[in-house]
Amino acid sequence: MISTFTNTDANSPLAAELAQRMANRKMAKEGRTIIFRIKRCDGPGKPSRWEDFKVPVPKNANVISCLQYIAANPVTAQGQQSTPVVWDSGCLEEVCGACTMVINGKVRQSCSCLIDDYAPGEGDVMTLEPMSKFPVIRDLWVDRERVFHNLKRVKAWVPIDGTYYLGGGPKESPQKQETRYKLSECMSCGCCLEACPQFNLEENKNEWDSAFIGAHAISQARLFNEHETGKQLKDDRLDVLMGPGGVNDCGNAQNCVKVCPKHIPLTESIAAIGRAVTVRAFTRFFKD
Amino acid sequence: MAQQRVIVVGGGLAGLAASVRIAEAGTPVDLFSLVPVKRSHSVCAQGGINACNEVARQQGYSEYEHFDETIYGGDFLADQHPVLEMANWAPRIIDLLDRMGVPFNRTNEGNRDLRLFGGSLFKRTHFAGATTGQQLIYALDEQVRRYEAEGKVSKYEFWEFLWPIIEDGKAVGIVAQDLRTMQIRSFRADAVVMATGGNGLVYGKSTQSVICTGAAAARCYQAGVWYGNPEMIQVHPTAIPGADKLRLMSESARGEGGRVWVPRKKGDTRNPKDIPEAERYYFLEERYPAYGNIVPRDIATREIFSVCVNDGLGVDGQNQVYLDLTHLAPDYLTKKLGGILEIYEKFVGADPRFSPMKIFPAVHYSMGGLWTTFTKGSYNPNDALTKHKSGSRAPINFDIGLGMQLGAPNNSMTNIPGIYAFGEVNFAYHGANRLGANALLSCIFDGLFCGVSVVNYIKNEAPSKKPADSVAQSVFDAAVASEQAKVKRLMDAVDPAGNRNVEVNPYAIGKELGDEMTAACTVVRGEARLKQCLGKLTELKDRYSRLKLADAATWTNQSMSYTRAMGDMLLIAEAIAKGALERRESRGAHYREDHTERDDANFMKTTRAVYDPASRTTTVDFVPIDASLIKPTARTYGKKEASAEPAKKPALAGV
Ligand SMILES: Cc1cc2nc3c(=O)[nH]c(=O)nc-3n(C[C@H](O)[C@H](O)[C@H](O)COP(=O)(O)OP(=O)(O)OC[C@H]3O[C@@H](n4cnc5c(N)ncnc54)[C@H](O)[C@@H]3O)c2cc1C
Ligand code: SF4
Ligand code: SF4
Ligand code: FES
Repeated sequence: MISTFTNTDANSPLAAELAQRMANRKMAKEGRTIIFRIKRCDGPGKPSRWEDFKVPVPKNANVISCLQYIAANPVTAQGQQSTPVVWDSGCLEEVCGACTMVINGKVRQSCSCLIDDYAPGEGDVMTLEPMSKFPVIRDLWVDRERVFHNLKRVKAWVPIDGTYYLGGGPKESPQKQETRYKLSECMSCGCCLEACPQFNLEENKNEWDSAFIGAHAISQARLFNEHETGKQLKDDRLDVLMGPGGVNDCGNAQNCVKVCPKHIPLTESIAAIGRAVTVRAFTRFFKD
Repeated sequence: MAQQRVIVVGGGLAGLAASVRIAEAGTPVDLFSLVPVKRSHSVCAQGGINACNEVARQQGYSEYEHFDETIYGGDFLADQHPVLEMANWAPRIIDLLDRMGVPFNRTNEGNRDLRLFGGSLFKRTHFAGATTGQQLIYALDEQVRRYEAEGKVSKYEFWEFLWPIIEDGKAVGIVAQDLRTMQIRSFRADAVVMATGGNGLVYGKSTQSVICTGAAAARCYQAGVWYGNPEMIQVHPTAIPGADKLRLMSESARGEGGRVWVPRKKGDTRNPKDIPEAERYYFLEERYPAYGNIVPRDIATREIFSVCVNDGLGVDGQNQVYLDLTHLAPDYLTKKLGGILEIYEKFVGADPRFSPMKIFPAVHYSMGGLWTTFTKGSYNPNDALTKHKSGSRAPINFDIGLGMQLGAPNNSMTNIPGIYAFGEVNFAYHGANRLGANALLSCIFDGLFCGVSVVNYIKNEAPSKKPADSVAQSVFDAAVASEQAKVKRLMDAVDPAGNRNVEVNPYAIGKELGDEMTAACTVVRGEARLKQCLGKLTELKDRYSRLKLADAATWTNQSMSYTRAMGDMLLIAEAIAKGALERRESRGAHYREDHTERDDANFMKTTRAVYDPASRTTTVDFVPIDASLIKPTARTYGKKEASAEPAKKPALAGV
């Protein structure tokens, strides 16, 4: 059912997963209690541990409302007094990207994760873990500064002449707008990075500029290269993307595109930037 | 002398626009936010942003008409000059956003597409899919990132603003806390811009993000900043009930042709698709033939409320009505409204293109906020104009500086010199009810237009007296010590008087606060209930003073931050309830069942809430507004008396 908006191919694994979730949703039992198994960690450098919490599930519950329940009742399934679990969230409608975590082994937003879809039966277990590609701050909260840092690497902005009144921007066809809008929906959540085999945890900030930049930043480079004014920085962007940690580090595993909650055509972006980088390499070769 | 700096607290649209403008003028900015700025609440805005445009202009619309609609929509409570300037600036703001690369929807010819929105009969709302706020904040976030890369903006993300530091009556800095390390420290600045958004969490569940507690504004309020019109809280007519949040169904659904109805027959359990037209009660269209489904929010909300609560006509016997799009082509809907329809499908599990949505009102926006002032611009007609309508357009153009004087240091400044309030936290523009798609405009307008005022203030006023740089360190240390003492109090097992009867659950207080405020201070208000509410708030304040935290962590303690904010929210709640009690009339979002008429003689005035530190309570008085441009008229939106008989079907806007 959800696939109606995302144009998912009926035979794809994604469609099968959606079908399973819909089936679960239909058979979800009212008034049940489920178990949350949560990977906890008190801070950087501290060991991790698992804790279980029993949570009664009201109608329309999602992972956030269950975490709120745990925060108000921080007692483990074994009856031990614990502390509220720490997590990151904002909009609660899958548009800010804050609440990303690994749920039942898969990275996604926790606010849009309905319990009925995953744990329809009494005593079902859901596991929550922090993303592994970013340093843990505490419990489920990780530090994603690198996601934003990588946007700086590719100069992901339009270099306007300042905010004084200078008339409107360039006209744009509806087709072009649709392409750019789709790319522009990236909420820097980091799902594509968590799933990528080439993107690894890197706590040393000095290494960030040479480590793999990630699908999101490559796609943003494409977004700004597509804009009439944004294009002015195209060469700068491509130079970064053909350097260390650039588009050539992508192993084309295509994991990224499968987990992107906004269905951004990441592999298309990677291919487009790959081609542009090749062209740029040629022109540089003949100029230098 | 070290270089002057400006602190901007808040990285939503208002804070980002201010940062861009101030950094562009060459003044370094320290930008504070609870969350990475790109994740601020502004991302939630769906529907669009208003501005006069060429098409509407040729149909008789103008900036002046936009101004007029905003004043009328706000039920004549706003000071009029700032609103005029905002409306005049609006087209320039759209152009600027366009240059920044915002992917506004386009027409075949490549022009910016427009949609209809509440409170206007002209298409004047610009949009980027159904995630306009997200697209606007991203564009500003990108520009700020550019300045950050150049070293002109320093971001302090995951830092919480705790207190404004005021010396000799002027802002000289702030105290803030790093939410990871829990370090509390002070920062010096020659001006502080508060751009901290709304306070939906006071009501427990609302359409707002979880960080919208209003605590930052409440802290300024306790430090002496006045609060304007606290009781003016907008309840949005169409939201999707949820366990953790009431998710908005944007007004654009109605702007694009969505129709609100209930079955005419009480307890009709048929599938909505099987109910024939004649047996459906399109109550907004019948009662407001001109505006129909796009009447302003306060009106739509009250009508839905009355149909469900008074007439008992709610769908499935519950407090909900249908919002129906199923008569429109699915392709068209996907293109224009995909983002919001997906939210409904994701959280409810039904596809709104094929079955009508079930919706109910929810707390959405705060028209009230920190009180601010301004310098009037040059436009000053001798006689106040009567209610303006297209065809008798006011004799003005859209030059800069007609409404507010560009660059005057006090524009959007609070009563404390050097503390500014921009965006939703500024009470200025929306009077007693905000029109849809005017908030994004007011946020960006504040940042761009009044950002210049901040720069002028620190250049011309702040240093001539006492620059922040020269203030003794002891002032800053004392402010930090005071915040550390508050934290210690929450960690300790005993209350200030040494009592041991501790209350341990801040979440319980939060829930009771939300329930009480939702019951007493939303759609329908009355003297007795408000007094009861104030009693309840006194009880909660007392329990709060005996609170002890369950989590004693000294590293990343979210309960600490939440609990601290709770104390501040209780004070804002009190200001809301007191304002609602003292305003003995009905105006805009504020409807009193015991005073159902608007009373201009006594209450066409700003509610000014002032905090009294000695008694820890709010005092309220009413100060006159400047309504010299448009004379108040009755605000009816052409309402017809309700009839149970099926009326002639009015023409549908937008289809
Ligand atoms: C669901 C929804 C849809 C909407 N749709 C529209 C629409 O279509 N059109 C329209 O015009 N308006 C719309 N609005 C209203 C509009 O989105 C908001 O009024 C506007 O975004 C507020 O922006 P802001 O910059 O004032 O604050 P926000 O975007 O709320 O930002 C507040 C900032 O302050 C920071 N902050 C807060 N407290 C502290 C603290 N103590 N310390 C440090 N930082 C702090 C936050 O981190 C954040 O960065 C909508 C609102 C909602 C809820
Ligand atoms: S396609 Fe490239 S970016 Fe995407 S997951 Fe694979 S390696 Fe990572
Ligand atoms: S591309 Fe998709 S998965 Fe990656 S950060 Fe953006 S929204 Fe998240
Ligand atoms: S809280 Fe914003 S995406 Fe989940």
